Amino acid sequence: MLIAENIILAFNSIMSNKMRALLTMLGIIIGIGSVIAILTVGNSLTLTVEDNMQSMGSKDIFVAVTSRGEDDERESMIDGVVYPTTEVSRKEMNDEDYITSDMIHDMSDKFTDEIYAVNVYNRVGDGKASYSAADTDIMVTGVSAGYFLTNAIDIKSGRMFNASDFNNARNVCLVDKKLVDALFKGDAEACLGKEVEFEIEGAKTTSFSVIGVYEKSNKDTGMGSLSSMMDILMPGAQVYIPLKAGNQLTGSKDLYSTFRVSTTVGVDTEQFAKELTNYFKPYFEANPNWRVQAVTFEGMLDSLTSIIDTITLAVSIIAGIALLVGGIGVMNIMLVSVTERTREIGTRKALGARNSSIRIQFLIEAMVICLIGGIIGLVLGLVSGSLLSSLLGYQAAPSVPGVIFSLLFSIGIGIAFGYFPADKAAKMNPIDALRHE
Amino acid sequence: MSEIIRLENIIKRFYIGQPNELEILHGINLTVNEGEFVSIVGPSGSGKSTLMNLIGVLDRPTSGSYHLDGIDVDRAKDNELSDIRNRKIGFVFQTYNLIAKTNAIKNVELPMLYAGVSSRERHRRAKELMEMVEMSDRTKHLPEELSGGQKQRVAIARAMANNPAIILADEPTGALDSKTGRLVMDLFHKLNDEKGKTIILITHSQELADETDRIVSLRDGNVVGEVINKSFK
Repeated sequence: MLIAENIILAFNSIMSNKMRALLTMLGIIIGIGSVIAILTVGNSLTLTVEDNMQSMGSKDIFVAVTSRGEDDERESMIDGVVYPTTEVSRKEMNDEDYITSDMIHDMSDKFTDEIYAVNVYNRVGDGKASYSAADTDIMVTGVSAGYFLTNAIDIKSGRMFNASDFNNARNVCLVDKKLVDALFKGDAEACLGKEVEFEIEGAKTTSFSVIGVYEKSNKDTGMGSLSSMMDILMPGAQVYIPLKAGNQLTGSKDLYSTFRVSTTVGVDTEQFAKELTNYFKPYFEANPNWRVQAVTFEGMLDSLTSIIDTITLAVSIIAGIALLVGGIGVMNIMLVSVTERTREIGTRKALGARNSSIRIQFLIEAMVICLIGGIIGLVLGLVSGSLLSSLLGYQAAPSVPGVIFSLLFSIGIGIAFGYFPADKAAKMNPIDALRHE
Repeated sequence: MSEIIRLENIIKRFYIGQPNELEILHGINLTVNEGEFVSIVGPSGSGKSTLMNLIGVLDRPTSGSYHLDGIDVDRAKDNELSDIRNRKIGFVFQTYNLIAKTNAIKNVELPMLYAGVSSRERHRRAKELMEMVEMSDRTKHLPEELSGGQKQRVAIARAMANNPAIILADEPTGALDSKTGRLVMDLFHKLNDEKGKTIILITHSQELADETDRIVSLRDGNVVGEVINKSFK
């Protein structure tokens, strides 16, 4: 008998008992729905993070003070990257827990061949810049000399920081077009050498001399999308000052919890990250709570992906149990259906149906129930997964293999749990079946 | 006239090898010729139903031989028995046994579906058969929307679907009032007279049996009498 005829028969049978079919499908719907939802969220998260990290320079090495606590070290590393300057993570830290600039200098001297740039920066804070009567919102970042090696900017007028600016912690600044527009009517030449007053929260008002106007380079290989994200989040002008000038402004000591290292071409970054971790070991050997770890962004990406994979696996196992229960529900309802339709089966056999025809009829019915359940679950899963991804701030990206797999899997459940009832129907004795009341 | 059914020394036992082993048919010999309208009568427990199941190849005899339209049924495998039921036998049941939630014409098409007839041909033939049983105006009706007599007419159309060698009717008027029962019997006569169909009617009603060409009486698993009803023909 034709498959198409059986599919129509299956639909007729399902439509004549809609409520029952829907309840039967519920397990499949929940199972497939949750798998698809979590796969979508996981996939979105992975893609977003990969995208960010790629643009941050996956070859860079990230060095951070991390807790020795029971926290998973990978997680604390990721916290360090995602929240590099949060006060929360630093509150419990004492001066001796930080990396000093001497340590960084010594490191640079020791690994001159391997290190291309050391990038130390410190978010000094948000505040106001004012010049004569005008003022504008600013965000001030204190940077080391190495910062611009990995975060390319073009100087539009004036000059770059020089060694003297960095070493003497001079109150000079690089400003962007936003500030020039707001305070100097867009005149990039007129602003040079002018003293601008910075009012930063928690710091005394200080005047900084404008030495240059910059524009983010298009071939920016450094902070990439992270800095463009910052542009959206921080509507104010972005101002750079020398790292130590920033420390003076806020009264901070010359201490750092994180910095980044760019390696020269040809260095095995994974191996070099291990070397850096070992390099800092002696400094922190006596420290009971903190230590320094160096990882590549690639390594961190792997760690993050593996965490997402673990969560996905855990949810998939739970969903698998839901699918198993759903499958048993399908088997149960198919057994009921076979018993209810015993006379029909007897009649079909009397009219010449072979055992295989009966078996296929009920098997296809079970498959159609599961497939409809799977499709409903898939739609619900895609919708809820995409909503959840958007709520978390990620670009929703459904997992295509997940979609294909879930549909095949729901048909598979139909076969696995529909076979026994279908076989029972196929093997019925036609005489007994016809006599069944 | 050629023989269409030949039963020789048919014995049927149940519960074989168990303490309650039971012999229902004790060696039945019966032949039916092509175009004959035969009735099998007998009280409850006479073995009527068992014999009907054997003639309809729904069951196999314990011993004896059965030839249907030249086919040695004993040697047929299960799938071949299905095909024999499909192509050689048209069943009409007391309780109609139409497939629920399936409209009248689809019910008529069903045996052709199992025979692998194309969709277009199935539909053409089913329409023709519905016309024959005067049910053309109710092809799309579901069984539950039809009266008993209408259901039985659809069932007869279905029995004719693959143009079988015999029609096997088990108490076809048993659930009908006498008026609609009469209509159904008239339909069988029409099939017998006009189409030359061989019909085997199983009934406990002597009145209905008297309408047929030959009456075979069954009692306690034996054929106890055969009356040829020349007068009626």
